[in-house]
Amino acid sequence: MQYSFLNLVRQGLSGHQDWPAQWRSPEPKTAYDVVVVGAGGHGLATAYYLAKEHGITNVAVLEKGWLGGGNTGRNTTIIRSNYLWEESEAIYEHALRLWETLSRELNYNVMYSPRGVMMLAHNVHDVQVFKRHVHANRLAGIDNEWLSPEEAKAFCPPLNISRQLRYPVLGGALQRRGGVARHDAVAWGYARGADRLGVDIIQNCEVTGIRRDINGAVEGVETTRGTIKAKKVGVVAAGHTSVLMAMASLRMPIESFPLQALVSEPIKPVLPCVVMSNSIHAYISQSDKGELVIGAGTDVYTSYSQTGGLHITTHTLEAIAELFPTFRRLRMMRNWGGIVDVTPDRSPIIGTTPVPGLFVNCGWGTGGFKATPGSGHVFAATIARGEPHPIAAPFSLERFVTGRLIDEAAAAAVAH
Amino acid sequence: MLLIHCPYCAMERPEIEFRHAGEAHVARAPDPSQLDDETWAEFLYFRSNPKGVHAERWRHVHGCGRFFNALRDTVSDRLLVTYKAGEVRPELPPQEHSR
Amino acid sequence: MSAGAFRTATGGRIDRTHTLRFTFDGRPLQGCAGDTLASALLANGRHLVGRSFKYHRPRGIVTSGSEEPNALVTVVRDGGRTTPNLRATQVELYDGLTAISQNRWPSLTRDLGAINDKLSLMFPAGFYYKTFMGPRFLPENWAWTKVFEPAIRRAAGLGRAPTSADPDRYASRYAHCDVLVAGAGPAGLAAALAAAEAGARVIVADEQSEMGGSLLSASRGAINGVPTAQCAADALAQLAGHARVRLLPRTTVFGYFAQNMAGLAERISDHDPSPDPEGPRERLWQVRARHVVIATGAIERPLVFSNNDRPGIMLAGAALTYLNRYGVTPGQRAVIAGSHDGIYAAALDLAGVGVEVAAVLDTRADPQSAAMAAALDAGLPIRTGTCIVGSRGHLRVSEIMIGAPMADGSIRDAGRIPCDCLLMSGGWTPSVHLFSQSRGKLRFDAAAGVFLPGVSAQSETSAGACGGASGLAAVIESGAAAGRTAAQACGFGLGRARAYRVEGILEATEATGHVNAPRLPQGMAKAFVDFQNDVTSRDLELAAREGFRSIEHIKRYTTTGMATDQGKTSNMNALALVSGTLNTTVPDVGLTTFRQPYTPVTFGTLAGMARGDLFDPIRRTSIDGWAQGKGAAFEDVGTWKRAWYFPRAKEDMHAAVARECRTVRAAVGVFDASTLGKIEVVGPDAAEFLERMYVNAFKALKPGRCRYGILLNEAGFVIDDGVIARLAQDRFHVTTTTGGAASVLNMMEDYLQTEWPDLQVWLTSTTEQWAVIAVQGPRARDVIAPLVDGADVGGEALPHMSVCEAKVAGVPARLFRVSFTGELGFEINVPVGAGRSVWEAVAARVEDAGGCAYGTEAMHVLRAEKGYIIVGQETDGTVIPEDLGLGWAIGKSKADFVGRRSLVRPDMIRTDRKQLVGLLTRGRDVLLDDGAQVTSVAAPAKGTAALGHVTSSYHSSVLGKSIALALVRGGRGLMGQRLHVPMPKGAVEVEVVSPVFYDPKGEKLNG
Repeated sequence: MQYSFLNLVRQGLSGHQDWPAQWRSPEPKTAYDVVVVGAGGHGLATAYYLAKEHGITNVAVLEKGWLGGGNTGRNTTIIRSNYLWEESEAIYEHALRLWETLSRELNYNVMYSPRGVMMLAHNVHDVQVFKRHVHANRLAGIDNEWLSPEEAKAFCPPLNISRQLRYPVLGGALQRRGGVARHDAVAWGYARGADRLGVDIIQNCEVTGIRRDINGAVEGVETTRGTIKAKKVGVVAAGHTSVLMAMASLRMPIESFPLQALVSEPIKPVLPCVVMSNSIHAYISQSDKGELVIGAGTDVYTSYSQTGGLHITTHTLEAIAELFPTFRRLRMMRNWGGIVDVTPDRSPIIGTTPVPGLFVNCGWGTGGFKATPGSGHVFAATIARGEPHPIAAPFSLERFVTGRLIDEAAAAAVAH
Repeated sequence: MLLIHCPYCAMERPEIEFRHAGEAHVARAPDPSQLDDETWAEFLYFRSNPKGVHAERWRHVHGCGRFFNALRDTVSDRLLVTYKAGEVRPELPPQEHSR
Repeated sequence: MSAGAFRTATGGRIDRTHTLRFTFDGRPLQGCAGDTLASALLANGRHLVGRSFKYHRPRGIVTSGSEEPNALVTVVRDGGRTTPNLRATQVELYDGLTAISQNRWPSLTRDLGAINDKLSLMFPAGFYYKTFMGPRFLPENWAWTKVFEPAIRRAAGLGRAPTSADPDRYASRYAHCDVLVAGAGPAGLAAALAAAEAGARVIVADEQSEMGGSLLSASRGAINGVPTAQCAADALAQLAGHARVRLLPRTTVFGYFAQNMAGLAERISDHDPSPDPEGPRERLWQVRARHVVIATGAIERPLVFSNNDRPGIMLAGAALTYLNRYGVTPGQRAVIAGSHDGIYAAALDLAGVGVEVAAVLDTRADPQSAAMAAALDAGLPIRTGTCIVGSRGHLRVSEIMIGAPMADGSIRDAGRIPCDCLLMSGGWTPSVHLFSQSRGKLRFDAAAGVFLPGVSAQSETSAGACGGASGLAAVIESGAAAGRTAAQACGFGLGRARAYRVEGILEATEATGHVNAPRLPQGMAKAFVDFQNDVTSRDLELAAREGFRSIEHIKRYTTTGMATDQGKTSNMNALALVSGTLNTTVPDVGLTTFRQPYTPVTFGTLAGMARGDLFDPIRRTSIDGWAQGKGAAFEDVGTWKRAWYFPRAKEDMHAAVARECRTVRAAVGVFDASTLGKIEVVGPDAAEFLERMYVNAFKALKPGRCRYGILLNEAGFVIDDGVIARLAQDRFHVTTTTGGAASVLNMMEDYLQTEWPDLQVWLTSTTEQWAVIAVQGPRARDVIAPLVDGADVGGEALPHMSVCEAKVAGVPARLFRVSFTGELGFEINVPVGAGRSVWEAVAARVEDAGGCAYGTEAMHVLRAEKGYIIVGQETDGTVIPEDLGLGWAIGKSKADFVGRRSLVRPDMIRTDRKQLVGLLTRGRDVLLDDGAQVTSVAAPAKGTAALGHVTSSYHSSVLGKSIALALVRGGRGLMGQRLHVPMPKGAVEVEVVSPVFYDPKGEKLNG
């Protein structure tokens, strides 16, 4: 049944008795053309585009827990494309353009809300770096503009731009098309869309091994629900990528870190945009429900625990309370953690692997949500064709050997 | 916040006294120029990142300043044992392996 | 008058002689000392206190504790001290308290938002995922972003954030103890006593203002012959007498972290009508305990039936607490209903103070218990095998509809009972939150229908009701045993076990009570599971129908358990309903993860004292005070404050910097370079060590000479630079960038300790030991020469890039002949204690010589005129020495150094890498933006790849034109060519030139 206002009214009159399941819960078949490991947003999007764009519908998405239960459902949902390097601009802008039409594409309101993402500069070095971003983005046709402190305050009234701040706001880079979306809806929308195209989404099915033939090529996976054959396997498992790739005897340039986030109790609308401060580690927006959604930095050690230290939370709230002193009496309602897969250059890995038939899409670190549609789109093309999509090509594993890194983190590093 | 036993100071101190320093036992080759690009990349970037017992380095940066190694369970974040730099990775009792 | 028509004549723990005035929504009311806002409102007959989130249903007080889902209010104080979303059940009454209700307009009794309730058929769980995507004739997302989302946002939220900054202070403490006891009810107090008597250091924290928990709500019964409430007082007095015990009332253990660290939030002054403005409002405790006793009790569950949310409907246990602790009756005519013995104690107590008990309804067909027998003896109207199917009333419940469950699952109408309050009990849910946060594994007790602590992951014990103990005697026993276990776990003896003899108890808080969820008749009525978020049983059924199977999905789809109470009263009901709908077991549906905080914690409390200047340490040089005295502007560089420029009368930044630059070039300038990182590298292998760390050769460097050092990471990218001086065969003075000081030392220590432990080298940070005074300009030597004692500063004795030891202005100094301006220059290093006095001596001579002090901005311009790089500005973590034209610095004969191997990776030996060049604009005054892109055409199409970017751009007053440094693809091969820099107002044509704009032959270095 299509989702529409009309159908909502019709169903309302009959007690909403006839809405069908949003996706099936099928038993796994013994073989598929493609197996995608990981039913987060990226994995489900991959399956959706495999079916939609490449006509490959004999696809299973295997999920050890419940779909959308990993980082997709744990992040602070920031969407933007104002990255520095051309390779990054290409993939994140590709994703942003898909975001703009995603609700109708999926017939599922993912609540993409381009309310503007403002990144604050707190020192001269920040100013120089952000201006460089603005110029690079303009050349690439990506909106990004520089705001003075006063303009930043006009855009975000609760922001404290006092010069007396320990690290005063010296300005900000604003991408107006940036914003947020409803994370669960993205997973559910892609799941429903993929399911309707014939993809089997199999939850509570943990992959325990990767089967290879005598030539070393992939021939399927072992799971807690039996062996599933497939000539092509795409691993899209975020924090668990290293664990899965180890099943194919591959080491990865990845480390998994805890990343925490928290929400306040809901309050009436007070924060109209997304505000990010890399210098003092504060990321904040307000959800449609009224909660302030706040992202923290990663813990310093690798972990699969989905929890982190209290000192990481307090550090973030120190920054929030300084930037927004009117929020100081508000209260943290819930704090949680995810496992982010971090690469040496803070850019993702999308593409083929040394194992024939095995593909990987990982390394999105702390910022993968924004890329979900684009990531799935180019990864589906990569799996379908057996070679990297042009946008994905620079994000190969090979770059760690040649040294052609796409280093977004170092570009913002501070010295002098 | 973890509680970490510094093998040099011989005391348990809070995590904020320490700085994490990545995977342990990733030795730099005596003569890197002899390595091919793949092997060098392996040293630079590729890590085991296990779910379970992880050998990692910490530095007691706000204490004695020494680098040392630790075995930690990355599922529970529990520190199992710490040992000095240069020492071989200790064997854990079987129950620690099975965790 | 004893502050309220619903106040009993006697009893309770309030002070009837101490009347407190307060207002609610502007209406003046009175309460008693010892009241909470909730008990005071109830004493005045006020049940309606709020509106629900989605449907704006009128809501009353349901509980008496922190689990309250409905009664959220804003407490108004002066200025920025207003606090939204407080639970009225936790707000302690004080004289003059001003509270207002939330989420209603124009008033609590007439709320236009209640229209949502009428339209609720359109608003089932997750309705927003299915609509708002059109209309089709409008552009994608237009209506959503312009119309629908703004409307949803306006409706969302509960209270309002304050509009001015919070002036209050927050404190923070760390503490260690042997045993932390979370919760000071009967189990917690028994545990604390047992642990303390065994010799353990104990911290007891309880979220309420008065410790004692359920003992304070009991009307009958005795322990060892002493009335229960007196027992609590006795236990507290004994604990207070132990030197090793710290009692923390008003303190919530909100989080249980790795390795037995607990987070505690202490509320210090909110209950005070006029708190000390210098004192803290709240305090964060971070407690490391060797063992934790979790004694957090159990939470009563509501019954799920149609319209179970009307004001006047509250939990039976809460009613008991209001009656026995606060002397408040919930109404005049009560119906008491549930599936649990607790209803009989409530009925007896209410009847005892003259409340008419209209009916006691027990859903169980044949309950047998002492409590019921007592109620029968008292002649109370008991009906077994009876459930509630609905309620009537608008702003207050007025009537209850009851039914009799039949064998076939249907419910037969059993009539109506008028009443003004309904007290319900669906059983008790153990508060396993902290145990679960400790990463312990929960187990489902199918017989009791509850989750209980299973396998522990840390050193803790759950005691009392939260551990599954049932009945006061068992609760106390388990508490005492837990206290002894805890002490033993900390290495103390077992100690003497106290004997507790409990008598005369009727209150039952067993962790039992399967969720009683009758199949609802079809119709419009709503049976609420999550009160605050307006999640009904139908919403849960809809989610199940739409294929959501896991409680994590159902929670997210329906928002059940996601309100400010985080599902404390609703989660088990939701699980039971869903498992019933799916025809599976509760564990199959799963349990959502318990996350901290247990109850919400103020941001300010978590941020603590880190505000204003204490947000991050401020580092200032010894010369900082002088610069402040001269009116310098400062910039933040890392944690340092650095003098940026020294404006004189009417000068703006541009004018001041231009003057400073001209002065340095024409005469002399003095600059505070103290923030530069400094590392003393000492030992027989010091030169070998530096050769391995830096790209440069150091073995051949003679003592007394300096070298410009470049540091790479192993990936081959430039990460730091600085001057390195050899003071002696075995001693080097290494300087780093300001920002790199700590990380470079860390990196050096790393290699020294772990890769090359055989090298005999010692590293010492001397950043804070040396004040560094740079004197630069053609008259630099004239300025310093008279101040120098014990060294010849002449060009031959002390040539460029050399160092000597001498006295400067009478102070022992390391005197460097170095230049970061291209002029004749010296850097005087003196101990920081003498920094200010030497600086003043030098600055006075500089002034006399027609010079001036200059700041970091002039320093940047002067070095850019010379094409000297700044790490972090000309480099961005992707730049190798060759890109910067610094390949010459690499020690060619060295076999190895950090990063060397990476310099021959395929991408590093490409010929089209970006290289450092200078750019000159055609218009001499046109200033390029920092970070502007360089292209080959003037009007590049969107998506054109850039050739590079501007790394530094300044107006050079000395040269009379703007200059820029840039990294440009193959730049060194493009000298003299014309390129373009697109700027907001159009592209600027530039010429590619050498990055050295000033004195290309370097003659000025010698004055």
